[in-house]
Amino acid sequence: MPNVQRESAPPGGVVRDFFMPESNVILDASAIGRALTRIAHEIAERNENFAEVVLVGIPEGGVPLAQRLGKILAEIWKHAVPTGSLDVSMHRDDLDRRAAPKIHPTVMPFDVNGKTVVLVDDVLFSGRTIRAALDALNDFGRPKKIQLAVLIDRGHRDLPIKADFVGKNVPTAANEKIHVRLGEKDEVVLEKNNGRKNTQDAQRN
Amino acid sequence: MSWNKKHLLDIESLTADEIVTVLDTARAFKAVGERAIKKVPALRGKTVVNLFIEPSTRTRISFELAAQRLTADIVNFSAEASSFKKGETLKDTAKNLEALNADFIVIRHSASGAPHFLSRVVNASIINAGDGAHEHPTQALLDAFTIREHKEKIAGLNVTILGDILYSRVARSNIWALTKLGARVTLCGPSTLVPKTFEQMGCRVTHNVDEAIRDADIIHLLRIQHERQRKTMFPSIGEYTNLFGLNKARLAKTKPDALIMHPGPINRGVEIDSEIADCSRSLILEQVTNGLAVRMAVLFLLNGGKGPQEVSGN
Repeated sequence: MPNVQRESAPPGGVVRDFFMPESNVILDASAIGRALTRIAHEIAERNENFAEVVLVGIPEGGVPLAQRLGKILAEIWKHAVPTGSLDVSMHRDDLDRRAAPKIHPTVMPFDVNGKTVVLVDDVLFSGRTIRAALDALNDFGRPKKIQLAVLIDRGHRDLPIKADFVGKNVPTAANEKIHVRLGEKDEVVLEKNNGRKNTQDAQRN
Repeated sequence: MSWNKKHLLDIESLTADEIVTVLDTARAFKAVGERAIKKVPALRGKTVVNLFIEPSTRTRISFELAAQRLTADIVNFSAEASSFKKGETLKDTAKNLEALNADFIVIRHSASGAPHFLSRVVNASIINAGDGAHEHPTQALLDAFTIREHKEKIAGLNVTILGDILYSRVARSNIWALTKLGARVTLCGPSTLVPKTFEQMGCRVTHNVDEAIRDADIIHLLRIQHERQRKTMFPSIGEYTNLFGLNKARLAKTKPDALIMHPGPINRGVEIDSEIADCSRSLILEQVTNGLAVRMAVLFLLNGGKGPQEVSGN
């Protein structure tokens, strides 16, 4: 993926399947890499006591991001940064409103007491996942500080929650979807709704 | 990951995928039990009723603790101290519990099918905690969980269930679960307690204990259920122990990594030698630990979709 495809780019003359929603790549691999490098530097700038910082990714999307941020921060600080993952499913506020979610592993290989915990997630949307994460983290101890890093802030908050570090602010309509794909080909895709309602979609962000 | 059931009535009606979903979910809840704070708010505000019309300690306490660790409220109801003694029917009892807004009813009953009956007359989610000689689904799920933890996978394993199969709901649920997950199940015990008809459930039936356990990866022992036997099924306990009891000599002839399980309560010196029950190959107490995690997982999964439905976005 050599270039960032503009959100305003036309569909490119491709005849689309009627049911195929329109999708735009809003961040490609190099843009994701640059965003993470910038977030890492902002975390480093904000936290002088680097020995106190631990990164905690929220499954699924936040976990690989936390690991990547950990690698970049380790280069900046010349110091390994402990990284964990925290599943928040058991602390969600909508558990009886839909099918039970898949629970991902929680791995917290450090004591959070007295630490600065940087929560990492891929997309910040309603803020309910972060609320659940704050409660879940509370079960592991009392961090000195909790900060929040997200790759995408798409707005539409239901709760008074704000990210400390943001890769990209993306204005969206509530019924659009953001897909953060990390792996063989990194990209962030905004899926337009084409006027249909996402009634089947129970994806969490 | 697939779960859209309202009740857990039996293993027979579950798919392999649904069983694996419970086991995967239970793994996460086992990890919660190892934390300093062992409680999560997943069932906050929900009410669980333990309706135990037949005696039980292990299962009742396990469900009680599971509900508490999920922050649900739990009420214990036992036959001895209830209006059952005054002639109230099961349906009326359940309707009364529903009038108190019980969200889950965990029922143990001596009649096979009692949980299925309740699921048709009340709105609460029903969990079968053992119905007669029919099924005991959470026991089979915790057994499968324990086997998977030790052997990594269940498909292809040789599992021998040894003892009173005829009267055992644990055996029936285990046969369903293990065969659905791809294990080869052998049943063994006195011919009066292990009839050949069980071959219809996809198992091998034998009455020779040494042959039954020789190639087993898991030896699952069952208690003789005197309380369910209406007539004498074998000459004496001593003879049963001689012919079918698991002792050191018999264990020496099994695979060195064969593991021993028992749903409890164990009768030391009857179906199992005391020192074998306590040996390193015995998973009996791990089964109890895992039972708590599995029951938390079952409550968690059944809770999904119980409230007002809401469409969430991205």
